[in-house]
Amino acid sequence: MDSILFLIFAAVAVICGLNLVLQKHPITSALSLVGVMASLAVLYLLLGGEFIAMAQLIVYAGAIMVLFIFVIMLLNAGTEQRPRRRLWASYAGVPLLAGVIGLAAYIVQRSLPATESVSFGGFQEGTAKAIGEKLFSVYVLPFEVTSILILIAIVGAIVLARKEVS
Amino acid sequence: MPQLPIPQSPPISWFLILSAILFALGVAGFLFRRNIITVFMSIELMLNAVNLTFVTFSYKIRQIDGHIFSFFVMVVAAAEAAVGLAIILTVFKNRQTLEIDEVSSLKN
Amino acid sequence: MNFLILTLIKAAIVAFVLMTTLAYLQWIERKVIAHIQLRVGPRRVGPHGLLQPLADVIKLLTKEDMLPSHVNKGFYFLAPFIAVFFALIAISVIPFGTEVNLGRIRTAMQLTDLNIGVLFILGLSGMGVYGVALAGWASNNKYALLGGLRSSAQMISYELPMAMAIAAPLLMLNTLSFRELVNAQSGYLFGFIPRWTIFQGPFPQIISFLIFLVAAFAETNRVPFDLPEAENELVAGFHTEYSSMKFASFFMAEYANMVTVSCVATLLFLGGWHPLWPEQYGAKFLPTAIFAAGALLCFYHGFNPARPFDKITLPVAGVVFLGLAAAFMAPVIGPILMPLFWFASKVGIILFLYIWVRATLPRFRYDQLMRFAWTYMFPLAIANLFVTGLLVALSS
Repeated sequence: MDSILFLIFAAVAVICGLNLVLQKHPITSALSLVGVMASLAVLYLLLGGEFIAMAQLIVYAGAIMVLFIFVIMLLNAGTEQRPRRRLWASYAGVPLLAGVIGLAAYIVQRSLPATESVSFGGFQEGTAKAIGEKLFSVYVLPFEVTSILILIAIVGAIVLARKEVS
Repeated sequence: MPQLPIPQSPPISWFLILSAILFALGVAGFLFRRNIITVFMSIELMLNAVNLTFVTFSYKIRQIDGHIFSFFVMVVAAAEAAVGLAIILTVFKNRQTLEIDEVSSLKN
Repeated sequence: MNFLILTLIKAAIVAFVLMTTLAYLQWIERKVIAHIQLRVGPRRVGPHGLLQPLADVIKLLTKEDMLPSHVNKGFYFLAPFIAVFFALIAISVIPFGTEVNLGRIRTAMQLTDLNIGVLFILGLSGMGVYGVALAGWASNNKYALLGGLRSSAQMISYELPMAMAIAAPLLMLNTLSFRELVNAQSGYLFGFIPRWTIFQGPFPQIISFLIFLVAAFAETNRVPFDLPEAENELVAGFHTEYSSMKFASFFMAEYANMVTVSCVATLLFLGGWHPLWPEQYGAKFLPTAIFAAGALLCFYHGFNPARPFDKITLPVAGVVFLGLAAAFMAPVIGPILMPLFWFASKVGIILFLYIWVRATLPRFRYDQLMRFAWTYMFPLAIANLFVTGLLVALSS
């Protein structure tokens, strides 16, 4: 049952990822990326990371991607032109990619014990309470530094995107 | 339920392979697309693949540190998206184009 | 009983009740706004206009389902689907009452109790922005695009004060699951004040409640924040090019969002299904008393009615109310209906507030709206969260 869930959502993620790379219009790519994020959120739930799954939905799929879609709509980005590729690149690209990924998959599978499998409920400490305990005790310095980082990003974004007062 | 030739619960290597595939797709999009925004979205796809790896290994060692790393990756990605999109808006305002091949006036 | 079958039955019941509530919420809205404006509202279709939602559904279904030639067909079909999907799915984590024991069946009045239920609702309200933005984009129409972008920007801006206003009672109650939130609000202070979050120490969450309500008005695009979809502004905003069933989907999504947000406000701030005063002072007899009084009123007016057909409809309504009053005193279904009654009445009060505000207040201009979110509500929400956190830390 867990395998079928994993395979369905992994297939959705890979198809949406392919769609992101292959589509011509940026808005279809953006929606495919939202699809990838949503299926990854389900996979995080399978891995016991409930807080991270919801954070993925709230922050990534619900805020960052909406920002992307706003920018695409505001800039009225149209479909892009495809350049003519060299012949050997278009014929050797996909098999080479498949070969490299197959090699990586084989190496990964050989190095990990096959008996260790992911079952829903195998990791129970992915709760908000556990993350909060670690975040505010062991990792409190990165936490504060990232809050300053966000402040810098906000100031930078406002300065870059504001209208020139001439 | 018919007996399919796959194990009952997915082994950890499957998650890592999925993460590798998504990362490779992100790299392919980053290298081959010409629209700035699509290039940026490929970067986000790479970050998502890395998040999946972090959470998978966090499951493997049964500790929550991977989730916290993943959380920080999300936060940094949010900050980066804000600044990056502001830069894209400025580039569009000045060059009226969104193709990275045409924003090359510093070349040569 | 088999878990899957039980969940399917519960889902069917919840879906049916939700759909009926959405349809009759529109009837209630039209009647209440009409009476506030000193007119009557729909009264021709069925007694007192009770079949008006049915007539509206038939009208919307039989209207010509246009597909304008210049729209982006994929997104045009996808947008109302996304809007209504995320609006309806949020009802699956809302608890309506306590556990139910019917013979061998033992289940909670909730579809699923996620232990991150509050985050789930926040995530879904974030995803609901896509329906609006894509509808504006797909329509290939500058008014629709402007309306869609304005509406999405408004929804995102007000998500922040809403999330902060949600975080403040969570600091006091220490849990993210809705059922445990309500269980933490049981009991009474000083013997007669219910321990709802708005009354509970160390910091009664009244400011959070008000911030949440205002942010909820803005999230669901209701007056006074409904500029993006007002009829006399941007034509009809993001749903200009939609007709018949797709327009009905957006409508349904808006009402479903209203119901969800009212339910969340009830669960977080008003104590869910806990009664207003303790059982030993007679809180058990309140619904019976209300319905019996309503029945007496119907019978009294049925004897000298204002309109001739009311000779039949008012006594029938009186009999129905008497039946409901008796149901609350019945042995088995009485204890099941009591928490439902309190929950539904609190949600109903908040929905009535929505409708009342719609009939009363004018709408904000768009820049006033955004300035209000970022310069007033957001600092106030942060200050409220800070004070709550400080008082909770000092008192424990």
